[in-house]
Amino acid sequence: MTLMRKTLLALAAATASMTIAGAAFTDELSIMASGGAWQDAQRKAWFEPFSKETGAKILEQEYLGDLGKVKAMVETGNVPIDLVTVETATVLQGCDAGILERLDYSKIGPRDKFIEGSALDCGVGLDAYGDILAYDPTVLKEAPTSVLDLFDTTKFPGKRAMRKFPAQNLEWALMADGVAPADVYKVLATPEGVDRAFKKLDTIKKDIVWWDAGAQPAQLLASQEVVMTTAWNGRIQNAIDNDKKPFKIVWNNQILEYDMISIPKGARNPELAYKYLAYISQPENNAKLASYITYGPVRTDAASFVAPDALPKLPNAPDHLSGAYLVADTEFWGDYGEDLVKRFNAWLAQ
Amino acid sequence: MSALQPSELDRPALARGRSAADADLKSVSAALRRAEFGDRLRTLLLAAPLLILLGLSFGIPIVLLLSRAVYDPTIADALPKTTVALGGWNGQGLPGDDAFAALAADLKDNQAKGTAYELAKSLNARLPGARSQVLKTARKLESADGQAALDAVKSLPFWSAPSTWPTIRNGTHSLTSFYLLSALDLRWNADGSIERVPPEQAIFVQVFLRTFFVAAAVTLATLLLGFPLAYLIASVPKGLAAILIVAVLLPFWTSILVRTAAWTVLLQKFGLVNDFLLFIGVASERLDLMYSRIGLIIAMTHIQLPFTLLPIYSVMRTIPPSQMKAAYSLGAKPFTAFRRVYIPQVFPGVMAGCLLTFILCLGYYITPALIGGASDQLISNFIANYVNVELNWEMAAALSFILLVFTLALFGIFARILGLDRLKLV
Amino acid sequence: MLLSPYPTTGERIRITLLWIWCGLVILFLLVPILIPVPLSFNSGAFFIFPLEGISTRWYEVVLGTQRWQSAIGNSLIVAFGTTLIATTLGTLTAIALSDEKFPGRRIVMPLLLSPLIVPVVITAVGSYLFYARIGLASTYAGIILAHTALASPFVVVTVGASLTGFDRNLMRAAAISGAKPLTSFFRVMLPLILPGVLSGAAFAFVTSFDEVVVVQFLASAGQRTMPLEMFIGLREKLSPAITAAATLMMALSIVLLVVANLLARRGQKRPGTAP
Repeated sequence: MTLMRKTLLALAAATASMTIAGAAFTDELSIMASGGAWQDAQRKAWFEPFSKETGAKILEQEYLGDLGKVKAMVETGNVPIDLVTVETATVLQGCDAGILERLDYSKIGPRDKFIEGSALDCGVGLDAYGDILAYDPTVLKEAPTSVLDLFDTTKFPGKRAMRKFPAQNLEWALMADGVAPADVYKVLATPEGVDRAFKKLDTIKKDIVWWDAGAQPAQLLASQEVVMTTAWNGRIQNAIDNDKKPFKIVWNNQILEYDMISIPKGARNPELAYKYLAYISQPENNAKLASYITYGPVRTDAASFVAPDALPKLPNAPDHLSGAYLVADTEFWGDYGEDLVKRFNAWLAQ
Repeated sequence: MSALQPSELDRPALARGRSAADADLKSVSAALRRAEFGDRLRTLLLAAPLLILLGLSFGIPIVLLLSRAVYDPTIADALPKTTVALGGWNGQGLPGDDAFAALAADLKDNQAKGTAYELAKSLNARLPGARSQVLKTARKLESADGQAALDAVKSLPFWSAPSTWPTIRNGTHSLTSFYLLSALDLRWNADGSIERVPPEQAIFVQVFLRTFFVAAAVTLATLLLGFPLAYLIASVPKGLAAILIVAVLLPFWTSILVRTAAWTVLLQKFGLVNDFLLFIGVASERLDLMYSRIGLIIAMTHIQLPFTLLPIYSVMRTIPPSQMKAAYSLGAKPFTAFRRVYIPQVFPGVMAGCLLTFILCLGYYITPALIGGASDQLISNFIANYVNVELNWEMAAALSFILLVFTLALFGIFARILGLDRLKLV
Repeated sequence: MLLSPYPTTGERIRITLLWIWCGLVILFLLVPILIPVPLSFNSGAFFIFPLEGISTRWYEVVLGTQRWQSAIGNSLIVAFGTTLIATTLGTLTAIALSDEKFPGRRIVMPLLLSPLIVPVVITAVGSYLFYARIGLASTYAGIILAHTALASPFVVVTVGASLTGFDRNLMRAAAISGAKPLTSFFRVMLPLILPGVLSGAAFAFVTSFDEVVVVQFLASAGQRTMPLEMFIGLREKLSPAITAAATLMMALSIVLLVVANLLARRGQKRPGTAP
């Protein structure tokens, strides 16, 4: 099996390099990604091999959640980036706003080979990740069993870190308040449901430390600033594997999401950007990221290419889907995201 | 003959002479004025490059930013027909069918031009929930015309809701007070008066008050720490004073970012501050200092301390010790001498230092972003958030406007009371 | 002056307390800026005391990796550009302002100083939105321009201070002796005010080199400076590399400003001028 995969990989690489050899790119591809361990992993899995194969130089830029910058670039026609990694809700917003290019999947790969919801009009999936709960067992004597234990301050006193963003937190709040996972988005679509979620969050508001960059949760746990934190699973696994931290991940009630990548309107080098998208969307390449950070592939036919030791750590590994879990509703956040973000920020400031 | 006076003798000639002298004088003073004018022009020309550069790189950007707070043509540009149709509407109930038809036509145009999103977003800023309604309606209208389009709009309850049309009509005025009012948690009522926004939407008054509170707390803390040290430095012999001054200047010369970074290390749960507090027994358990108001105030106090101290010190240095000695020799007790002779003289320095620190604190951004918690973000952080995350540049402009008004007003007081010279210390 | 001629016990106690209090304040001032130094020699990956071991690996990261190298390069480009423009134009303006014939000084001076007073977020947001429109966002030129606005007041003030000690009769004498204005500027005025100019240049350099808010808005991948890299690092992947960078930045700022102050003092014989 390993041998076969190697052969396949070698073959794929050979064909890829042959098709591209004629073009002889000396171009630059500017990619805006959201930094930290995730960007490091992309560098090893994709940037560097792609660079080697095509001769394109990859310029990295960090995306600090400021779609504003992209918007300003597009509006003035001065777009120094070719690709930007974004969240699904942002893809929908950016699509409506005309900030992001509508993708031509004939240049990327078969759209039906992507997991449902990971191939959008203006963005293609990079990986699947889980919003999970992490804690340090050397600090927290009793192990939490579900992400919803966030809301149990009597059993787990102390500060907890959560992402400074309404998505996931509102879902978890409703589930902690007794809403069944299947009904979460139905309830959240009503004003009463939103009130209910915020009321639940109110109960732990004073115990929350907010994080906004993906690398912060591991840091907050390491410095024992908090006893537990929500996080993207790969960042925590990275601290466990590479920094030898004793952290543990709670998968029960995780929320599954996809990272997306888009081409901003007016990018200087869309052809090269498409080449890159096609490259990373090949199943064997798509699976490669898992070796550097534990995020799963978004191609349905990529699972067999995932390195065997990485497989059990992925958010969509069978073990991690045995409990309750929720798949984030992209459409919902596309429609209601803006108002909920506004409400959330007002709630935070109060 | 003898009776003849020279003046009478040759009055015209004399007059001619005088006027000639006058003319000379005039031409001399004109030349002087010309020279003076040339000199003035030359000095102006010397200063012109920097003034022009500052105008372009600083003046214009700020004026344009502030103008966004009161001028927002998005809705008027997107809904030209509706704007006309609403001209005759009295604002009561719902407008006539012509307005609905005009709206349908405008929305259809926007959908075709790809500007529907901008309109949706702009309306949504004024009317939560409008975004998805506008986009939905615009998509629906893609294939509808005439009566069908009118029906499509009228069939959606959103377009007949009581607050929708007044909001649209307000939006069609490009010159708007909406954002400035919002920045103070106010809005126009349906009957044309100004009212407070509902409490769950009210943010900014609280944030401004918080910014003032933090600025005041930091100012007070820097004064408590800085005044005695300034007094000590001004009192000890020169050599020692020089060493102490270096201790004040070293942090002063280190960037705010570097010092904020250092404080993030110090204030952590297992950081030095907590170690120290436990060690001396002030605290019995580790405190949460990071992401807290108190941590923010400590770090800001550290950064601002030299700004408060240096103006105080520069005044104290000028007070001769003989004055206090004179007070003692006249029988004043040390405290009385201090209070009656010393304090009144250093008062301008104290005012200068405190005002400077207070003004600078109003604009803090880096330190709250890195050390403060969610409820410790100051007004600058909200401005940045509106620019980068919420993409609502009008709101950012309105908040900037109000912050700038406060800052300049305080600075005006500063300059009026103390003179601009004090700024040399900055 | 600390003690009255015949100090009482109470007074002695008060003075002792004053010394103790001031000692604590000085500790408060100095400890935080010294903290990054030992941390930068930490061999561990997280940002906490106690140190796991001593190593220079974070300096190798800062000076050896492409990412930090280009940040240092960008910082130097921007700071030198800013220094050049701000010093040249600022000096000219200071000379103009020191002439009593300059019209409207009372209006011009506050305008010149306003970049120091306007909260820097407003400056950053304003220039970002305007520069984006005219194609200057994400360019060195844009950042240098915005930094020049922030830095030039320091030059105007410092050079202005050194000009108060300058005797204008020297220029008249030079003119009477037949020197052209430019010659008399370079041969008479500039040598005399040079300490002030250099000190202003140093202030301008440090202002730009330490600045992060404007850069955060205006820079894209190509122009990331050292402070921006640090700011991102502080939010993102807290590593002692940041403390190494902080130590380097601090060392550079302090050296430059010490030099600037010595120069300023030499130039005007008037102590107490600080950034």
